[in-house]
Amino acid sequence: MKRMLSTKSGKQFLITFCAVVAAFVVMQAIAMAGAMSSMLKGQLVPICAYVVMALSLNLTVGILGELSLGHAGFMSVGAFLGTTTAVALQGAVPSPTLRLLCALVVGAVFAGVVGFLVGIPVLRLNGDYLAIVTLAFGEIIKSIFNNLYLGLDSHGFHLSLLDNKLHMEPDGKLIIGGPMGIGGIQKIASFPVGFALIVVCLVIIFNLVNSRAGRAIMALRDNRIAAESVGIPITKYKMMAFVTSAAMAGAAGALFALNFSTIVANKFDFNTSILVLVFVVLGGLGNMLGSIVAAAALTILPEALRQFASYRMLVYAIVLILVMLVRNNPAIQSFFSRFRFGKKGGVQE
Amino acid sequence: MSEQKTPRVATKMVPVQSHAIVPDRDADKSPVLECHHLGIDFGGLTAVNEFNLMIGRTEIAGLIGPNGAGKTTVFNLLTKVYQPTRGTILLDGNDTSKRTTAHINRAGIARTFQNIRLFANLSVEDNVKLGLHNHINYGMWGGVFRLPRYWHEEKTAHERAMELLSIFDMADLADAQAGSLPYGAQRRLEIVRALATNPSLLLLDEPAAGMNPSETAELMDNIVKIRDLFQIAVMLIEHDMNLVMGICEGICVLNFGEVIAKGSPAEIKSNPVVIEAYLGKKDKKEGA
Amino acid sequence: MSFLNSLISGISLGSIYAIIALGYTMVYGIAKMLNFAHGDVIMVGAYICFFAVSRFSLPPLLGVLVAVVVCTILGMTIEKLAYAPLRSAPSLAVLITAIGVSYFLQNAALLLWSPNPKVFPDFFKSVGRDGEAHTGLALGPLRISYVTLVTILVCLAIMAALTFFINNGKLGKAMRACSEDKDAARLMGINVNTTISATFAIGSGLAAIAGVLYMSAYPTLVPTTGSMPGIKAFTAAVFGGIGSIPGAFLGGLLLGVIEIFAKAYISTQLSDAVVFAVLIVVLLVKPSGLLGKVIREKV
Repeated sequence: MKRMLSTKSGKQFLITFCAVVAAFVVMQAIAMAGAMSSMLKGQLVPICAYVVMALSLNLTVGILGELSLGHAGFMSVGAFLGTTTAVALQGAVPSPTLRLLCALVVGAVFAGVVGFLVGIPVLRLNGDYLAIVTLAFGEIIKSIFNNLYLGLDSHGFHLSLLDNKLHMEPDGKLIIGGPMGIGGIQKIASFPVGFALIVVCLVIIFNLVNSRAGRAIMALRDNRIAAESVGIPITKYKMMAFVTSAAMAGAAGALFALNFSTIVANKFDFNTSILVLVFVVLGGLGNMLGSIVAAAALTILPEALRQFASYRMLVYAIVLILVMLVRNNPAIQSFFSRFRFGKKGGVQE
Repeated sequence: MSEQKTPRVATKMVPVQSHAIVPDRDADKSPVLECHHLGIDFGGLTAVNEFNLMIGRTEIAGLIGPNGAGKTTVFNLLTKVYQPTRGTILLDGNDTSKRTTAHINRAGIARTFQNIRLFANLSVEDNVKLGLHNHINYGMWGGVFRLPRYWHEEKTAHERAMELLSIFDMADLADAQAGSLPYGAQRRLEIVRALATNPSLLLLDEPAAGMNPSETAELMDNIVKIRDLFQIAVMLIEHDMNLVMGICEGICVLNFGEVIAKGSPAEIKSNPVVIEAYLGKKDKKEGA
Repeated sequence: MSFLNSLISGISLGSIYAIIALGYTMVYGIAKMLNFAHGDVIMVGAYICFFAVSRFSLPPLLGVLVAVVVCTILGMTIEKLAYAPLRSAPSLAVLITAIGVSYFLQNAALLLWSPNPKVFPDFFKSVGRDGEAHTGLALGPLRISYVTLVTILVCLAIMAALTFFINNGKLGKAMRACSEDKDAARLMGINVNTTISATFAIGSGLAAIAGVLYMSAYPTLVPTTGSMPGIKAFTAAVFGGIGSIPGAFLGGLLLGVIEIFAKAYISTQLSDAVVFAVLIVVLLVKPSGLLGKVIREKV
């Protein structure tokens, strides 16, 4: 145990973990004191969801080294199935927190299953081709949820694609209404549960990275041919990382959806996938703390800039371009490298 | 060629089959590797053809030939980076057709690469632990939940990795990032990683490339040490004739994808076909 | 006959995708980057042409020309300011920058031209002797609108010109050299920066033409107009084998035809899903697209 924490990645985890806990405590304290603006209060759960999304995508892009442009698809699966679970359990499980936990688990499991199914074809490809196929799957998932009708009555679930022909009993209740999505959701998502989800994901990723499986995944990223030559089965470990990542995105989706009264499939489109990718790249590939900070900051930023109304997205775009230019400028990099204390373990940039 | 150092190993080579010879100490054991009529075509081009070879249990074998002769292609065929178009490869007497690269490694062939292929962002120790991957027994959940098995297996792996690294004087580099090592250390680490997979045959693709004479001499000692310590066979591709003639017991010469000669260093040195094909015209100049 | 009509409108839509995909594929081939801002250049081209014609009352052809010139300059400026400094940066950094540029163009358009949709004027109608407006030819039950006809012809002309240019022109040769090996090209005295800049110029100019053609077929113009055809054209480029010019042409046409057929015979709402599903199947059978080069990693 001591050895684990004395390593560079162990220290990094400790710092990340402490930072997250500290942020949680500070936020809770501010909220208790009643000093939190309603804007920030409303953003707490989405921030948690986006942080989990960023961690999840960082697992795929930073640790596994494959570009995914359709991560919002997994978020969508988690959001819709998680919310459906919460709605279905409304009568049976009175505790909202328990219902939320069920929703997170169901969302994660279904997103993991979809991740597995998507992974079978996707992980056979490489590089940009892999990226475009994840984009394609993201769009397909969006299209399906946009045309999916799901109802619940005394006979159980009724499902139909394209048309609202569910043939339900009179007591039936429409849950997913095609392009209208899910409406009238009870907002049961809470900040403490969101925080707990972040911690769980962090622990999973850290423990995975520092285990036999995680080493194999990073080996694939660094050199696929060498990894094969030392007897590592490529597909198995690619799939392991991809499914884990998809499941986390599913949980994030469920958390996100249960914070709003309505959720539609178009919320989880290509732009959302890209948004999360921006968090990951800005935070640094393989750098979990970076992902967390970037996700939190960039979720609040557009809200905080609301007073600049129409200029805010323009500013956001310019900031994004400038940050990429500055970070990849050799002169500036060498200037900053003088202040850096050793390179982080398992980080690829 | 004539005024070369005396070989470090003096082995009497004996024929075991009409077309193959192995060191006399391996004559009573089955060969570790047998290739029969091995060949591969890329499109219309025949890259390797009629490659027959047998390697003894503890033999140090050399594969030489001019650039583009197909030497690395042979390694890629043996490790199934390419699937052969023709012929069979027997590893420990077992057919390896339809096996993947990862299977082949688990079955007993480990290799290094001409252009170094380390896991550059990982630590030296993690590189070796990746070589030990298939000898560490716990799954994903064992790692995620840090079950007792995880601690036990990781401890064993750590000890084994350090043991292997210290054989090659690299224990103090264990925490360094593999990609930041100097060139020679990277080459050594690649060999340590390959050895960690516990192979019965180690393939080295130009291990002395880019090394100075003293580094090459150290490498030669190391290769002999590997064979003696681990009791495994080593096959190497190399252009440095001092190294090849100094440590290899059986040598196979490849030209245009075909074997043009096989035999002991002494036989190869005096083979006129080899001298002409590999070293150029006899009267021009002495070999490397 | 509805089959033939669908086929023709599919080819027409596909021609637009092909023109956009050519820009994607040329930039990818030479700069090895996915230029996600390409779709937004289409939108800018469409707006420029719209204002040139409806506000400054220029003749349509001149309007298109203005749009082409503006987009060419825009493309070169973007390349110089945002992409050129990142030539040696990791590809992901370039990708994010391209996304930043895409956001920038969309939001700049939002500020400059408001989110209210503009109705793109119909350039392709003739007034017949009876005083009625004609928007196309009718060959029995077969209807071909002028837009369709012009789109297909323009696409063929562009494809022919581009093929000739790439194979015979000095700049074309430089482009091919740069896409193979930039360092070797530089050693041979080719100015790599100029060549890349020229590629962006051509791609963006084509995007402007594609924008006008797309708007003539689907005349609602908003600041996000470019993103969907952009993604589709990107898909088309990958479909045909990204980096390959005939591939982009073929991929674009096939994608357009598949989309229209999916709309006609399967479901309008699921047509995008069908298009993407076909893409996935194609990539599984041919992992580098229909006409893409298989790159084997040297071991």
